[in-house]
Amino acid sequence: MREPKVMMSARGLTKRFGGLAAVSDVSLDLWHGKLHAVIGPNGAGKSTLTNLLSGDLPPTSGNITLDGHDITGWTPEKISRHRLGRSYQKTNIFRTFTVWDNVRLAAQSRAQPHPFNPLGWLGRADNMAAVNARAERAIELAGLQNRRHTVAGAASHGEQRQLEIAMTLATEPVVLLLDEPLAGMGVAEAENMVQLLLRLKKEHAMMLVEHDIDALFTLADHLTVMVNGQVIASDTPTTVRADRNVQAAYLGEH
Amino acid sequence: MSAPQIHIETLPRSIQLVLLLGLAALVAFPFVGSDFYLAMVNRMMILAIFAMSLDLLQGVSGLVSLGHAAYFGIAGYVLAFVTPAGEPISLYTSLPLAVGGAALAALVIGFLVVRTHGIYFIMVTMAFAQMVFYVFFDNKALGGSDGIFLNFRPDAVLFDLENKRVFYFFTLGCLVAVYLFLRRLLWSPFGRSLAGIRVNEHRMRALGFGTFSHKLAAFTLAGALAGLAGFLWAAQTGFVNPELMGFHMSAHAIMMVILGGMGNFAGAIVGAFSFEYLLHLFKDLPQIGNFNTGKHWQMWMGLFIVGLVIFAPKGILGLLARAFAQKEANDA
Repeated sequence: MREPKVMMSARGLTKRFGGLAAVSDVSLDLWHGKLHAVIGPNGAGKSTLTNLLSGDLPPTSGNITLDGHDITGWTPEKISRHRLGRSYQKTNIFRTFTVWDNVRLAAQSRAQPHPFNPLGWLGRADNMAAVNARAERAIELAGLQNRRHTVAGAASHGEQRQLEIAMTLATEPVVLLLDEPLAGMGVAEAENMVQLLLRLKKEHAMMLVEHDIDALFTLADHLTVMVNGQVIASDTPTTVRADRNVQAAYLGEH
Repeated sequence: MSAPQIHIETLPRSIQLVLLLGLAALVAFPFVGSDFYLAMVNRMMILAIFAMSLDLLQGVSGLVSLGHAAYFGIAGYVLAFVTPAGEPISLYTSLPLAVGGAALAALVIGFLVVRTHGIYFIMVTMAFAQMVFYVFFDNKALGGSDGIFLNFRPDAVLFDLENKRVFYFFTLGCLVAVYLFLRRLLWSPFGRSLAGIRVNEHRMRALGFGTFSHKLAAFTLAGALAGLAGFLWAAQTGFVNPELMGFHMSAHAIMMVILGGMGNFAGAIVGAFSFEYLLHLFKDLPQIGNFNTGKHWQMWMGLFIVGLVIFAPKGILGLLARAFAQKEANDA
């Protein structure tokens, strides 16, 4: 069998805030067509890890590659343009825009004229056919067809989580970093989201951060467990579940 | 999350009608008004261009600049410098020079200031404007505190700007052109990105937008349009002094934009006219006993603006839109 392609990898990634090592010597790979789940208790450094990979935070040491580029120290916008998409644990949307305008703007980022180019000051953003098509596809994937005209801030919590994903998809990423997409969702909403994630997995290299191992057991191809900023296990879900360290440090705590 | 956004972007039909009536009134005014009022309305139109240029930053992009008058003043000074003592200079060289000078200053200062956020942005824009102010104020070679007189308005060849009415219509043409340009820009990819930056800059970066260059482009463009206004001001009054780039000028522009309603450019026009009108109204208040009410016009203006912000956060335009919507609901 052919090895799946590594789209993103981190080596020896460390982030210190003063004396605290929020992420300490973490290495991981994200493969095309596979879902790599990162779990761990609160404060394990999962979100910090996501922020390091997306460029929201610069690492203290270590390096990151994305599709063959060394992206260590790149700005978030440059990393995004190299086709990394991320969603946020705390919903991060344009609250005063409609759902459609949120997703359309996200899609526009892939066709953005240079801001000093006067041609970009004159055309109507609404008339960018390729952008509209991309936005439409993302809206449908995320299941927000009936919420196009809802103001994002007034949408339900679950819908805002869906919107978060739709915006990420509208940028057509090849690598997806999703930070707790299931957090705070009802059972039916979570089930829909899991179905969506299974579908997306086929075409992306995915990293999924979650608090809870059970939600991910069927989804994940690879499971990394973090505790106190460190990786204590990283293997297939079945192997990780059987790992004594994991049971002692994390699973046993329930 | 972000503060509640108090913006009207799409103008209701009723407001569009009011704007058209306003335009008709401005076109008719030179044929009915006296010279004194003609000059006053002309100045109002120039300030409306200035206010619109600030609205691009303040209302659309969420960048509150407390130093926008610097670019207004710089363009005026450029015109004063390039105008020879004995003859007029061509409009077609002086206008690009003045607007270009203001744009260049905004590009350089913008490069340093648009990386700051919130209160720091306000402070740094003000600090740079004060620096520009004192460079002109303290240098005799640059006119010093007295400023510089211009003996001629620019020569347009095809029409005579020395004629008050011609100059008035030239200003009106600029006002309409800037308004239409900015309304178009509002719905362009660039305009939508600026709105995104106002609402959530962090998310914009995560989506791949280079927000620094977007804000710098907006700052430069706003500086250029402020320069157009400053050029017209210097040409009309025949005089420039450091007050043009002073703190009061910058602060007045902010108040005009708030007064009219932010983020749609129509509000900035309404705000500029209203502000100037109120200013004259308050200045002409009578003496009551020992108390000269007119002299304290700034106090009345301040109270008025505070009241407006509390009771009509969307400005005069928002009040109008609400009144029309209510009337429509009642008629239906």
